[in-house]
Order: sequence, then C-alpha cells, then structure tokens
Amino acid sequence: MEYFVQQLINGVTLGSIYGLIAIGYTMVYGIIGMINFAHGDIFMVGAFIALTVFLIMLAIGVTALPLILLIVLIVAMLFTSVWGWAVERIAYRPLRGSFRLAPLITAIGMSIALQNFVQLTQGARVKPLPPQIQGGVTLMQGDAETGAIVVQLSYMQIIIIVTTVVLMTAFSLLIAKTELGRAQRACEQDPKMASLLGVNVDRTISLTFVMGAALAAVAGVMFLLYYGVIDFYIGFLAGVKAFTAAVLGGIGSLPGAMLGGLAIGLIETFWSGYFSVEYKDVAAFSILAITLIFLPSGLLGKPEVEKV
Amino acid sequence: MSGPVPLLYTRGVETYYGNIIALRGVDIAVFEGEIVTLIGANGAGKSTLMMTICGNPQARTGQIVFDGEDITHLPTHDIMSRSIAQSPEGRRIFPRMTVMENLQMGAMISKNGTFEEDLNRVFDLFPRLKERQHQRGGTLSGGEQQMLAIARALMSRPRLLLLDEPSLGLAPMVVKQIFQVIHELNRSEGLTVFLVEQNAFHALRLAHRGYVMVNGKITMTGTGAELLARPEVRAAYLEGGRQEAAQ
Ligand SMILES: Nc1ncnc2c1ncn2[C@@H]1O[C@H](COP(=O)(O)OP(=O)(O)OP(=O)(O)O)[C@@H](O)[C@H]1O
Ligand SMILES: [Mg+2]
Repeated sequence: MEYFVQQLINGVTLGSIYGLIAIGYTMVYGIIGMINFAHGDIFMVGAFIALTVFLIMLAIGVTALPLILLIVLIVAMLFTSVWGWAVERIAYRPLRGSFRLAPLITAIGMSIALQNFVQLTQGARVKPLPPQIQGGVTLMQGDAETGAIVVQLSYMQIIIIVTTVVLMTAFSLLIAKTELGRAQRACEQDPKMASLLGVNVDRTISLTFVMGAALAAVAGVMFLLYYGVIDFYIGFLAGVKAFTAAVLGGIGSLPGAMLGGLAIGLIETFWSGYFSVEYKDVAAFSILAITLIFLPSGLLGKPEVEKV
Repeated sequence: MSGPVPLLYTRGVETYYGNIIALRGVDIAVFEGEIVTLIGANGAGKSTLMMTICGNPQARTGQIVFDGEDITHLPTHDIMSRSIAQSPEGRRIFPRMTVMENLQMGAMISKNGTFEEDLNRVFDLFPRLKERQHQRGGTLSGGEQQMLAIARALMSRPRLLLLDEPSLGLAPMVVKQIFQVIHELNRSEGLTVFLVEQNAFHALRLAHRGYVMVNGKITMTGTGAELLARPEVRAAYLEGGRQEAAQ
C-alpha cells in the first residue's frame, strides 16, 4: 500500500513534466499539422539554459532560493522561446506549402543539430546540479515490523505538481478565452479564413512555437531540479514519451496532452516499480504502438461530425 | 450615387495558379455606396477575383487600389485590416467555434470597442443567430452558416463588403432574406457591396451595376437593368434564374 502511494506520487510528478512537453507537440500539430520532432530537444536546451543560469547565480553568490528559482524560470523561458521561434523560422516556415514530408525531415535535422550543438558546447558527459531543494513531507511513517516503507512527498514534487497545475490552467484559459487563443484556434481550423479576418497567420504560428518552447523550458527546469543531472540526450527520450502522451491523449487536444502525460508518467513509474526498470521505455513505446493501432484519434481527440 | 474616384478599382489584373492563368487583365471599379455584382459561368474566375482583391493569391501583374491606396502587394491580413471584409465562397465558418466565437473572430480587427453594438446589429439582422449563439459553427444548417458568414464579415464594420455567392445552396426564402439584408444595409448605411452571384436574375435586380466575366475576362458591363435586358446575358445566365423567380 505504502509502496503504491509512493509510486503514485512519483508517477504524477513525472507525468507533469511529460504533460508540459506534450503541450508543445499537440499545439504545433494542431496549428500546422506537423510533428515538431525538435521539440524534445528544445526541452533539453531549456534544461541547459536553466543549468547555466543556476551555476552563474551560485557563482556570484546569490543565496535566496526563491529568487534564484524565479530568475532561472524567467531566463530559461525567455531564451528557450527564442530557440523555439528560431527553429520555426529557419526550418519550417520556408517549407510551408511544400510537400508534407519536407518539414518532417527538417524537424529531424533540427533535432540532430540541436543535440550536436549542445554536445559540442556543453560536452557529452552528464552535467550535475547540486541539490537545491531538499526535504519534504512524510505522508506515512514506515514500520520496521510490518515492513512498511516511508511515504514521502518531497518539496520538489510539490513544486513540480503545483507549477504544472497552475501553468496548465492559465494556459487553457488563454486558449479558450483570449483573443490570441481564438486566433490560434482559427488558424488551426482554417488559416485562409483566419487571414481573411485580419489574423497574421505566420505570426500566430510563431507564437505557438514560442508558447510551446516556454512550457518546455519550465519542464526543463523541473527536470533539472528533480533529477539533478542532464545531458544532451535527455530531449530524445523525454521527447518521444511526451509525443506518445500527446498521441495517447489525442493529438491536437490540450486536455488530451495533459491527460496523456499523466498516463505515461504513471505507467512508466508503475512499470518500473512492479516489473522492471529496464523495460520502462519499452512500455511507453508499446503504448504508442497500441494507441496508433486501436485508438488512432487518442483518448480525447474524437473527430467530430461537421458540416463544412 | 457614384463618387468621382472609385472606392475600389483594379487595372489589368492577371492572376495565375502555378502556370495556369485564371484572370486575364481584369478592370473593374466599385464606387462608394454602390452594390456591384459580378456574374459568370462556373470557373470564369469570379472567386479568383474576390480572393485576388484580398491578396490570396496575389495578382501577378496589374494593380488593385482601395481608397486611394495600392494594395496589390500587401499581405492578406494587412488588406483586411483596411476596412474590407469578405464572406468567401463556401462560407468557411470555423466549425469548432461557437457562433459567438465566430462573430468575435469577425470583430478581431475592429479596435474601437464597438463590439456590443455591432453584435446587436447583426443579431437584429439575423435573429436566428442570436438563438444559436452558443451552438458550434459546424453544426449549423447551411442557411444559418451563410447568415453567420455575412454577420461575421459585418462585425468589423467594413466599408467594402465582398460577398461570394451568398445564395449558394439555399432555399428561395432564405435567398430572399439575405438579398433583403444586403439591400437594407446598402440603403440605410450606405455600405458598399461587391457581390458574386450565380443567381444572376436576383443579383442584377439588386445591384446598381454589374459585370459579366467569361473565362477570366470582363466581357460586358452596365447597370443592372441594362444587363438584364441584353439578350446574350439572358441566354447565358438568366433562363434558370428567371424560372426560379417565377415560381
Ligand atoms: N487553387 C487553385 N489551383 C488551381 N486552379 C484553381 C484554383 N482555384 C481556382 N482554380 C481555377 O481557376 C479558374 C477560376 O476559378 P474560380 O473559382 O475563380 O471560378 P468561379 O468563377 O468562382 O467559379 P464558380 O462559379 O464555380 O464558383 C477555374 O478554372 C479553376 O479551376
Ligand atoms: Mg466561385
């Protein structure tokens, strides 16, 4: 029981990170119908930017942790957004209107380019960050006689889950209620008509990449703080899992991405907790395959009946 | 009725789709306060002209001038923020947005805080839309969608309204209602309308002037009454429409 609860907490934490990344996949797919394979690497770049800012702050002797966290978050979101924006500008926009596979190929190219760039500038080895946020709340006391383990909800986990919930709520409201969100949905449904109503479609697409990258940056910061080590390859695995989450939830659907992220995080954690750590990635990929075969439009991506 | 300088005119506009020419040097003029109609057979290039005015596709040669400004090479969203609105061919309602959201999209470029007023105006014109304001666009009937397309175009308070086949696929009663609304807007507010129609009989009776397009070229022009009287026009475009109107 205790073990189960602990796994549940861990799974939700991991799922939050996947969910934040998955939003970037789903939004870009929604608006231009392509899988931005470089998105996982944008997340990785975000984590490295966060690490750099952390180390600078520690080096110049800033000690107030909330201040450090705030600055790291803001700077990481800002710079990562620029990367996301640049990727769209350089690799995708010039190919708009060409055959469908073209941007997919440049996306893979961009992914490799970003990985190699970080590998060259940051080195191939893992980079550690000294633990910043320690401790937590003990939910259940261990008991040596019954063999029950201690169930802990760490402060880091609380931060990750709360941040994710706040960001996703804010984000959903933005898409549902604001003029910008409406313009995005309009570009998603009919870009030609959106432009006939005065919407700058290219700019709206750029903004979508920027938003996705900013959320990926937050995920990057969380990942860095949670695991304490990063390398240039984290974007690939996390990216594929977040992508799986987006597909599972129904690609193009925001709540779907969140739900899918949570599901993948839980499955992965429980799989490693009860079966084997080695096969946890296989579990995630199997889900991708099974979803694509039996539920191609995902959990929440029901194609609706429409007259056009 | 007609001012000295047209609100909109085109000079020698040629538009291509790839290497295929669709408009072969089109000259038209629309004066402030006029209803001008463009009639022609399927594939003549009517919708192409409407879209070329809006910059998608752009004219390869020639010139398009709106309100004294050359808009030929502006991007679509810039053109549309200059008080031109189009209700395009096929209506193009956003299917997964509510009626209200579709109307909000129409008001995107109007920044003068007149949303409530404009909303009440289009709800007065089309009370049906008010009843259905929370329904998703994709689930409206064809006629309701057409009303929404026109209402959406009106939300930005355009000086020039481009309407591409507003009567397509609608019951005669609804066609009548829509033509009535166009007439009313023009008469009471002086709205300038450029109207593409298959339903030539109705269109020519409604419009002050008309153009006939054949194969990407303007072949005839005149007042609505003049064109209605021309035997070529009657033979090519009117017989069907007249029968329908006679019913
Ligand atoms: N996107 C496109 N690509 C290639 N050719 C096109 C495209 N759109 C239109 N055309 C061609 O251009 C010509 C003019 O088409 P257009 O849609 O302007 O005709 P129309 O007068 O509006 O016809 P209808 O009354 O049927 O709506 C047609 O031959 C059509 O096949
Ligand atoms: Mg047409």
